[in-house]
Amino acid sequence: MVVRTYRHNLNGSALALGADQLVVEDVTLRFGGVRALNDVSLVVRQGSVHALIGPNGAGKTSLLNCISGLYHPQQGHIRLHTSESESHDLTRLRPSRIARLGLARSFQNIELFRHMTVLDNLMLGRHVHMRHRLLPSLWYFGSARNQEIAHRDLVEEVIDLLEIQSVRHKTVGALAYGVQKRVELGRALALQPAVLLLDEPMAGMNAEEKEDMARFVLDVNELAGVTVVLIEHDMDVVMDISDHINALDFGSLIADGPPQQVRSDPRVLDAYLGEDAAA
Amino acid sequence: MTGRADPVVPPVDDATTFPKLLAQMAERFSDRHVALQEKHYGIWQPLTWREYHRRARHVALGLAELGVQAGEVVGVLGDNRPEWLLTELGAQSIGAATVGIYPTSVGDEIVHILTHGRVRVVVAEDQEQVDKLIALRDRLQTVVYYNPHGLEHYDQPYLRRFPDVEAAGRDVEAARGAWLDDTVAAGRADDVAVVCTTSGTTSRPKLAMLSHRNLLSMGRALMTIDPIDHDDRYVSVLPLAWIGEQMLAVACGLQAGFTLSFPEDANTQRADLREIGPDVMFGPPRIWESMLSEVQIRLGEAGWLKRAVFGWGYRLGERAAEQRVRGRRPGLALRAAHGVADLVALRPLRHQLGLSRLQRCYTGGAPLGPDVFRFFHAVGVNLKQIYGQTEICGIAVAHRDDDIKFDTVGVPIPGTELRIANDGEILLRSPAVFAGYYRNDDTAATVDADGWLHTGDAGYLDDDGHLVVIDRAKDVMQARDGTRFSPAFVENKLKFSPYVEEAVVFGGEGSEFLSALITIDGATVGTWAEGEHLSYTTYTDVSQKPQVRQLVAEEVSRANETLPETIRVRRFLLLHKQLDPDDDEITRTRKVRRTVIEQRYGELIAALNDTARDGVTVTSTITYQDGSTASRDIELVIVSLDTFVPPEGRSRRTAWSGRT
Repeated sequence: MVVRTYRHNLNGSALALGADQLVVEDVTLRFGGVRALNDVSLVVRQGSVHALIGPNGAGKTSLLNCISGLYHPQQGHIRLHTSESESHDLTRLRPSRIARLGLARSFQNIELFRHMTVLDNLMLGRHVHMRHRLLPSLWYFGSARNQEIAHRDLVEEVIDLLEIQSVRHKTVGALAYGVQKRVELGRALALQPAVLLLDEPMAGMNAEEKEDMARFVLDVNELAGVTVVLIEHDMDVVMDISDHINALDFGSLIADGPPQQVRSDPRVLDAYLGEDAAA
Repeated sequence: MTGRADPVVPPVDDATTFPKLLAQMAERFSDRHVALQEKHYGIWQPLTWREYHRRARHVALGLAELGVQAGEVVGVLGDNRPEWLLTELGAQSIGAATVGIYPTSVGDEIVHILTHGRVRVVVAEDQEQVDKLIALRDRLQTVVYYNPHGLEHYDQPYLRRFPDVEAAGRDVEAARGAWLDDTVAAGRADDVAVVCTTSGTTSRPKLAMLSHRNLLSMGRALMTIDPIDHDDRYVSVLPLAWIGEQMLAVACGLQAGFTLSFPEDANTQRADLREIGPDVMFGPPRIWESMLSEVQIRLGEAGWLKRAVFGWGYRLGERAAEQRVRGRRPGLALRAAHGVADLVALRPLRHQLGLSRLQRCYTGGAPLGPDVFRFFHAVGVNLKQIYGQTEICGIAVAHRDDDIKFDTVGVPIPGTELRIANDGEILLRSPAVFAGYYRNDDTAATVDADGWLHTGDAGYLDDDGHLVVIDRAKDVMQARDGTRFSPAFVENKLKFSPYVEEAVVFGGEGSEFLSALITIDGATVGTWAEGEHLSYTTYTDVSQKPQVRQLVAEEVSRANETLPETIRVRRFLLLHKQLDPDDDEITRTRKVRRTVIEQRYGELIAALNDTARDGVTVTSTITYQDGSTASRDIELVIVSLDTFVPPEGRSRRTAWSGRT
């Protein structure tokens, strides 16, 4: 019998709604003499859609890279809370370790395996949760087989949530750009993350694709309950879908608050939206 | 009338109903056979006959708990899912009926059906449908939904989850099971089983009441000429609100006991169809037309070798088909060559389309162009036209094996009488003629005292006793030399082109020539434009490119070559938008509402009729989601075929249909 309710919890966080999930404290990142991030502090709460905005070169992607462990900041701490009593400082950890702690991300440019199918790409998202033993894996029996089936079950739920059933067995390289972006979101989601980092999920899309993608980001947040941190340039989208916004300019945090407040913040208007918008 | 000895159709006895047939099937097949299967999470999830019966009983009791009474109508609003049929059989078990609403319907249409049918309980699919119903709340008592995603936080007291309704039924089964048994046993064949909306090309859809006897006798008649077996496969892709789908999925399905498959998602229909490989299929012309378009486009893109092999195979297939449809056996040489052609060219094509196992397939609901018809026969698909209306359960006249003519709809099915009235109207009489419109006095005008159904279609019988349907009687036009012709005939010639999605032809009385409003097929023209390195943004943009006009002009001039001189299309324009059921321009079953088009595009039609004009400006208004509107003037250029010269040096696209 078909059960239509979701059977898997895609949200990997053990925290209560609204609790501090990810805390960035006084992070400074320098490349030689350039300060890419300057004493940045912010808090991402469990269950929210959190947006990072700012002009090009403001340090948004640098911050995301610090969180996911690609860059190591010279100063400051980034704490990921995994339970009420436990937190981990991410600043010195390897990216693979951070992923295991429950942090998943997508990239500005699509970083999928182009010659693999959608399904295989999504199954790769489950890789961090798989345990391998040599013999069963070589001959695909026992634990290897059972694991594969269990993980496929969860991946199917991601496919259902993101409505990519029709491309399940298609090679990623052959898909439209908007669909590839959705697959990338799916792969990150398949990790069952506590926090999902999305670097410009709507970049290069037309209005319709953007609307679709915004809908799916909201579904991931509302239906699956996953905390989302996203970088986005389209102000309409950001104001529409996020609960909380941080604005960066030249590596410094210039605004921190809900959309209504950030929208009218004179520093944001000045720095990011330019003179016209302020007028 | 035809001299053919048709087998006798076993009459439906007075006590037979669908819930009783379901119980019989459950007894006969138990868990050994799958009744319904739905693809979900990438796997075909089966529901056996025993389970189907058990759950339908729970739904029946659950609906009774919600206060549904015998004689009432329950609404169903959603895509084809097992829950749809569970609701239908559940409602019928307690003497109620269901009315299906097309899932794409909006606002007024839903209101019309709900108020007219006095519907109090609606079973809806998901958040999208529930939102539509919440807006009409005061007309409803209960809304049941089966896909809970996004509805978790809805707190309207009248919302119920489908599994909860089922569970409520299960809980009272011990107490009320005997009552249910008695109620099912008391069901009569003349009770109303389903209420189907007519397609309503001329007016608001009417609600036709179809009894168990109507549907069962039609199903039996069809299956006496084309037997269907319990291990046949059927894929349910067309809306169950449509009589055509009810006809095979329910009326034949519950009598033959075959497995019904529901695709995973609207976008996976074609892939799922191929995966199942159905034995039985029924589709309106657009399904077959879109398959043909796909084949034409893909052949156009194929290499020369594939094209040559297919071309050779196709010609042989066509020659063999010409013999076969007349009931003759092709000669030995042709049979041998055709065998090879089938192996290397035709069977692979059928396989690609998912038609390789197909035994029985039909087209109906609207006329299918003879060229499309010929194509399918040439590639070895035994497609048959059926003719009927919602009021006669969908089928009254059909082609028989080895007796198929591409321009007729065949001969009456067993048990059906056919008569042509003096004014040329087609009259039909059979046990499948419906019980009447729900709360509507028009019934007397449709079915006369002797039980003849007045179809409103004009037609005649040809020399072989085949029925030829001209068109809706009031749509038939007169050419300037006085001959009567059907605009649909001309439109089908135009729609044969893969680039033309819809065509509406005007002319007849008072005008010197025919003209056409054409909408392009966005997908195929888009692919073509890409191949031509033509950049475009939107549908409107691509539809008004001079190159696209040129392309369609070529297609129209080719269609003209196959038409008699008096009914050729001389002027046309490409509409800047597609015809949309939300704008009332076509019905949910995609039939053009000619009167709406004539009113809405009156100015365009006037310009088409005026040879002095070569264009017309329309103002297109777009309403954005936030409620703001923008309007823009678009200049539509009229193309005259009198001055059209096919471009030199460009080779013609090969059309696979025996046309050059």
